Amino acid sequence: VSTMVVSRLRPGEGGALRLFASQEALLAFAIIGIAILVGLYNPRFLATRNLADIVLGNAYIAVAAIGMSMVIVSGNIDISVGSLIGVLATISGSLAVAGVPIILVWLTPLVVGILVMMLQGVVIAYLRIPAIVVTLGMLSILKGGLISVTGGRWITDLPQSFHLADIELFGILPMPVLIIVAATILAALWMRYSASGRAIYATGGNAEAARLCGVSPRRTVAMVFALHGLFAGIAALLFATQLKVIQSTVPPNLELTVITAAVVGGVSILGGVGTVVGSTLAAVLIAEIASALIFINVSPYWIHAVQGALILVTVVADILRRRRRQVGG
Amino acid sequence: MHMAVLAPEVRSPASRWLIRHETLLAAILVFALAILGLFNERFLTIDNLLNQGSLMTEVGLLALPMTFIIITGGIDLSVGSIVGLCAIMLGYSWKNLGFPLPLAIAFAIGVGGVAGFVNGLLITRVRVPPLIMTVATLALYRGLAEGISQARSVRNYPEWFFFTGQGEWLGVPVQLWILLVGIIVAGVALDHTTFGRTLYAIGNNEIAARFSGLPVDRVKLVVYTLSGLAAGLSAWVLVSRVTTTRSDMGSGYELDVIAAVVLGGTRIFGGVGTIWGTVVGLVMIQLLKNGLALTGVKGDATIIVIGTVLIASTLIASSLHGRREVAD
Repeated sequence: VSTMVVSRLRPGEGGALRLFASQEALLAFAIIGIAILVGLYNPRFLATRNLADIVLGNAYIAVAAIGMSMVIVSGNIDISVGSLIGVLATISGSLAVAGVPIILVWLTPLVVGILVMMLQGVVIAYLRIPAIVVTLGMLSILKGGLISVTGGRWITDLPQSFHLADIELFGILPMPVLIIVAATILAALWMRYSASGRAIYATGGNAEAARLCGVSPRRTVAMVFALHGLFAGIAALLFATQLKVIQSTVPPNLELTVITAAVVGGVSILGGVGTVVGSTLAAVLIAEIASALIFINVSPYWIHAVQGALILVTVVADILRRRRRQVGG
Repeated sequence: MHMAVLAPEVRSPASRWLIRHETLLAAILVFALAILGLFNERFLTIDNLLNQGSLMTEVGLLALPMTFIIITGGIDLSVGSIVGLCAIMLGYSWKNLGFPLPLAIAFAIGVGGVAGFVNGLLITRVRVPPLIMTVATLALYRGLAEGISQARSVRNYPEWFFFTGQGEWLGVPVQLWILLVGIIVAGVALDHTTFGRTLYAIGNNEIAARFSGLPVDRVKLVVYTLSGLAAGLSAWVLVSRVTTTRSDMGSGYELDVIAAVVLGGTRIFGGVGTIWGTVVGLVMIQLLKNGLALTGVKGDATIIVIGTVLIASTLIASSLHGRREVAD
């Protein structure tokens, strides 16, 4: 029964479809537009090597943004994800150096990620503590814990087999690209067509209405955080295995970049709408802008200001657009 | 006149709970002081306590308007970034724009006010949720600080500039006087003015407050602007204390500030809270840091404890207070 009712909530018809299509089309247009403009100014920007670096080097942000999109669609937020990725990358690297079988090295961050995030989800959903308090607390616990345990030592001498991100399928398809594409498509289909995926939108749109429709908002939030932990684990793996050393510190402001990707990707901060296709495109756009700054001789120190401005513009546009639609009927 | 009718209703159940919460907290505080004093003879000295008090000022100044904001049901995550932006503007306007230093200080505090005003404006006019607005400006203001400073620090301030952060007046660090004045003004404003009572009304039921004719948007705009101004003041004290300006100044302050306010009994959902509680919360957080440092725990590990305190105190507060809300 719940499947039927919930599927009616699909924002896929009429005006809504056009709206989301336009957000994603806009992002794709922006990505291509910036590439052309910056390429005209400095052709080296369009070198295959640079374009590949933009995508491969930031694949982990796109993957983490998928989970973040689900969290925000469900009406919550998570600012601990950057610290968690730092912790999981360090755990994975330490296991690899210790000579643990590679499959365990790759699986452990996923499992730990799911557990940590699910714990947060349960506290948020069942004990009714605001997500910002729980995740702000967890951010500092993870960050402080990581630095106290490792002392900020770099992990080096990683075994060759560890580098998942360097694997190229059939000799041409890099693993990070495969993971982004597969994760985005699977998550998008799941969120759009499955009952539990629809439950996320229902919970974020109106938790009380969702409850009356037979959706458990609490279980949905706990599940969303668990999934977010899984994506954080995959992101940590991509992050850890793309470099020859792991710094065993928390990448600064990573959570903000992930949130920016989710919000700019069209996830409404009011909950209830948004797609992971948009967040993946937005992650690519942000990475492209960061790279473009260097090629047009703008100091990369401006990147966080650009990110903050992007969030603000998107959020304000989203709210104004919704308001206009409400007024319009 | 309607305030007189509103206030007792709003206050009575809340204040009964707060008395319990604050007495409990004060008892823990005394106990902690005794234990720390017992284990470390350097702890309960006037010098150490005054020194700890002065270290508390930068976060303390932010915690006062944060109490107001959380009472209205809002939050400001951008305070640490505003501190960084103001610190940079102080150094930049003095060194690079050639402002006289007193003007540079005023300019930096003004920039803080504008930063807070922008938060308040979009929160009240466009109705951007405070959490998202201030996450965005957490990135934006820090980014501006990084972009403007280009990661260069400013040093070589004249000797008189260090008075605010390192000087003493009547044997007490100067910034503690600033904090004391701030606490008294904030405490009186919250308890004895229409402005203060309006904050509670907004936090308890914003729609009802609007229908009662209270200037909800104006009051919110004021509290977010105050938060920015306090961040400017905090930046001045901080730069004066550490004698240099860097763009990462104040990062992570939001954790200490929110933890102190929540630990002090201000309800994270709004409607309940006192300045007195926030002060006790501040002292507890500072004691915790100092106590841990004296027992040899490094700075990085103390944020684990503060993070835990933040979550635990919210959990305890909601289980003491909000049975009604916690139960489905």
